[in-house]
Amino acid sequence: MEHIVIIGNGISGVTAARHIRKNSDKQITIVSAETDYFFSRTALMYVYMGHMKFEHTQPYESWFWKKNKIELKKGFVKTVDSKNKTLHFANGDTLQYDKLIIATGSKPNKFGWPGQELNGVMGMYHKQDLDNLEKYAPDNKACKRAVIVGGGLIGIELVEMLHSRNIPVTFLVREQSFWNGVLPKGESEMINREIKKNHIDLRLGVNLKEIKSDKNGNVKSIVIAETGEEIECNVVGLTAGVSPNVDFLKNSDLEIGSGVKVNRFLETNLKDIYAIGDCAEQHEVIGSRRSIEAVWYTGRMMGETLAQTICGNRIEYKPGHWFNSAKFIDIEYQTYGWVWAQTKENEARFYWEHKDGNKCIHLNYDKNTREFIGINNFGIRMRHDFFDRVLNEKRSVDYVLEHLADANFDPEFYTLHEAEIAAKFNKENNTNIQLKKKSWARIFSRA
Amino acid sequence: MKAIKHTGIVIFLIGLAIFTGTIFTGSFSLTSDELNTFINQKKYKSEIIKDELKKATVTSEDLNIFEFSSRVRAAYKASNDHYDAQIAKYNLEKNWDKKGEQYQYKIYGKPHTVSFELAKIAGKGYIKDNAGLVWWLTFGLGIIGALLFILPNYKLLGNAGIKNNGIYLESSTNRGFLAWLVLIYLVSFYLVLYFMPDYVVNWTFIFDPISKSLNGGPASQWFVYGFLYCALMLVMATRMYIKYRHNKYQILRTTSVLFFQIVFAFLIPEIMTSLNMPGYDFKNAFPLDYDFFFEWNLDSLKESGAIGLFILVWGIILTLVIVPVMVYFFGKRWYCSWVCGCGGLAETLGDPYRQHSNKSMKAWKLERWIIHFVLLFSLAMTAVTLYCYFTGTQSFLGINSQWIKDTYSFLIGAWFAGVIGTGFYPIFGNRVWCRFGCPLAAYLGLVQRFKSRFRITTNGGQCISCGNCSTYCEQGIDVRAYAQKGENIVRSSCVGCGICSAVCPRGVLKLENGPEEGRINPTDVLLGNDVDLMKLVNDK
Repeated sequence: MEHIVIIGNGISGVTAARHIRKNSDKQITIVSAETDYFFSRTALMYVYMGHMKFEHTQPYESWFWKKNKIELKKGFVKTVDSKNKTLHFANGDTLQYDKLIIATGSKPNKFGWPGQELNGVMGMYHKQDLDNLEKYAPDNKACKRAVIVGGGLIGIELVEMLHSRNIPVTFLVREQSFWNGVLPKGESEMINREIKKNHIDLRLGVNLKEIKSDKNGNVKSIVIAETGEEIECNVVGLTAGVSPNVDFLKNSDLEIGSGVKVNRFLETNLKDIYAIGDCAEQHEVIGSRRSIEAVWYTGRMMGETLAQTICGNRIEYKPGHWFNSAKFIDIEYQTYGWVWAQTKENEARFYWEHKDGNKCIHLNYDKNTREFIGINNFGIRMRHDFFDRVLNEKRSVDYVLEHLADANFDPEFYTLHEAEIAAKFNKENNTNIQLKKKSWARIFSRA
Repeated sequence: MKAIKHTGIVIFLIGLAIFTGTIFTGSFSLTSDELNTFINQKKYKSEIIKDELKKATVTSEDLNIFEFSSRVRAAYKASNDHYDAQIAKYNLEKNWDKKGEQYQYKIYGKPHTVSFELAKIAGKGYIKDNAGLVWWLTFGLGIIGALLFILPNYKLLGNAGIKNNGIYLESSTNRGFLAWLVLIYLVSFYLVLYFMPDYVVNWTFIFDPISKSLNGGPASQWFVYGFLYCALMLVMATRMYIKYRHNKYQILRTTSVLFFQIVFAFLIPEIMTSLNMPGYDFKNAFPLDYDFFFEWNLDSLKESGAIGLFILVWGIILTLVIVPVMVYFFGKRWYCSWVCGCGGLAETLGDPYRQHSNKSMKAWKLERWIIHFVLLFSLAMTAVTLYCYFTGTQSFLGINSQWIKDTYSFLIGAWFAGVIGTGFYPIFGNRVWCRFGCPLAAYLGLVQRFKSRFRITTNGGQCISCGNCSTYCEQGIDVRAYAQKGENIVRSSCVGCGICSAVCPRGVLKLENGPEEGRINPTDVLLGNDVDLMKLVNDK
């Protein structure tokens, strides 16, 4: 029986394992050094915040693995011997495989800042980071102030986490406005406001110079490069992005760029070795995507796809229309299709913001053909199905606005802003878009 | 703000301590006249009960309620023992006529209940004389203290939004010492309320003036419980209003349960009683209202003329037509988390404990066995009762009518719904009764599962498996198991509280009523992936 070994028990590896099991009787082993069972990495923040216990972040009960004959092995893979199809573990164990799936995810970036190895400096990625945070920032007595460096999704999560325990936070963001490499101006500024509304000391356009130590090797303070200002703190969170966790493969025969290089079939340069998820790097980018996508959903999709290939139905990784979501403290964010930070030449934009300043939608469409390209929605939930269909059918921005009632996914009784949105669009564009009533027939129709 | 909160909890605890302490106060004794009136009313035939009770209760001693209760119960026991001895004696002598005669002298009824009735007459003391002041010292302080504890949350919780911060870090909401203390208090409360009402007769004195103004009579333990229930819900609803002030679904739902509890469950029945009608809760549907078809209720409705007939017809239509039709259109939530009193308490007082429901597959299996068993039990009991009622017999298919009613009332009505259902909130979560025990929920659940437009829609591929939805599902549904597969949630036990949708950080869940077609949508490959792959795998 063919033995499939998966390194990494995150969403990519586990999705691959589940789908391989659905389609075959192959022997499956998942290897992880981090935890015994699969957990949702994106939920770690809620454990620190006290919303959940760690066990709640595990999507499957422990009997699930046995029942589905998925073996779990805890151990750290030191080297991959691709000639003998053997994994060598740090503790001396070995494991033979017939096919190997590398799904080792990411690790937090560290840019060689002085003091980055001090006690109290941490990323927010692994289960161990959570334990570390609990040790150095259990409350605002042990941690008088924390400084978070890096204004991305993990950065703002770490800010929210510390804030939930009333720990004062300084948030250093390199950009002039939060996450403005991804978010357009309106959205980015909305999140700046949300951060400040929560009494976070937000510093825009600044970089970390160094982290200073006390005499015991603990964090004492940080210094800002631009101003030379020194800020006393007990914890420093480094959240300046992530990169593929592939150091253990550096001496193997695998072709490594930033991540493990793969083709569209998620195959590496070596036969019977595949890579999926955050650690995989496409030779050529797919559409407007990046060559490495460190996103929950893409990891899952790669797992779904590779399972087919492993089970004899060799198919390309062809992600559908881009979508993503996040939550910025209290503001939920979803996006479908593409809304770039900067408007491209062929694009026209429409931006509506609620008068309270905590909800907005941003539509992107082709200014010549009026074809809908994407939407950012903040504080309003939208139906994935709807926008996937709109993008498949290459509908116009006018169609999207007419059918906003079909698209809305807010809980019942929520105030709807569709009329206001359409009116603003009509006024700005001299159009006469009339809202259509919500129609179940349309919502359920399949293209 | 924190200081206000701390002051609030101290005031609340003082109120609670006084409330609990009132049990031990007062003095209980009867005059001969009072006793005679009571015995005449009761039409006891026993020749010795009068002397026994006189010895026990007509006294100048300063008896507290426990001594009084013990003496009264002993008096009844002495009388019954006497006649039991007679029966045994005539039995030995094979004197069947004499033996048969003895039974009429025996006094049936629960000892603590007759003791309650006597205590109600016998009680004297500060509480009875100062009911209004004592109300303020107990309920008044309790309500004010609790509000002072809750209202600062408006500031302390931070900006509007999901703020479950610290729930698993606090003893009271993480099954810690405080949670167990609350459990012990609640369980003791229910045990006393259901099985030893005479011990808390002092509480009824606090409410005599209010009861008289509402229904014309003195307060029973059920009046106290009804008022307490409404007060608890009202106070804890303000907590809901603050916690979910950004969520209109939660605000409306909370208002709805509050309205139905105060108006339908409390005020209307009291007013009906004052008008010499049978007090009836128009929203309490059979078989949750398990004694609707009991002989005493049917007789009482029959004797009440037009209104009695209306109630009878309404009760039947409610269960057979209104309930299932509404479940078809809106799901069982219209009842369980918008109207029901049990649900109302669970959604207000019980909300801080919602995360404790067990999400394991085992618990789900157990749930299906137990709840459907209770449904069958309630239907069997009703069938026996009705058969016996119309035929005038004592039993049906070998099942004694009185026995099955008593058993159901004791096991399901008192222990399951009360002691376990509410008493165990802090450890097993707020919907133990609704999930495992309620026969009406079982019935609504069957309709919801097989013939309804309600579902919780999963938003394509947006789920990140974080687990907030499952953690905060009070019914123990592993919501995430569906959401992460892109599958809608169609489960008989879902009461549609909407919290899964509220706590979802990615906007994945929406409670909806839509066409039945496509309601259940199993998927393997989620939306967002390659269209061909999705088609290949999902259409198989």
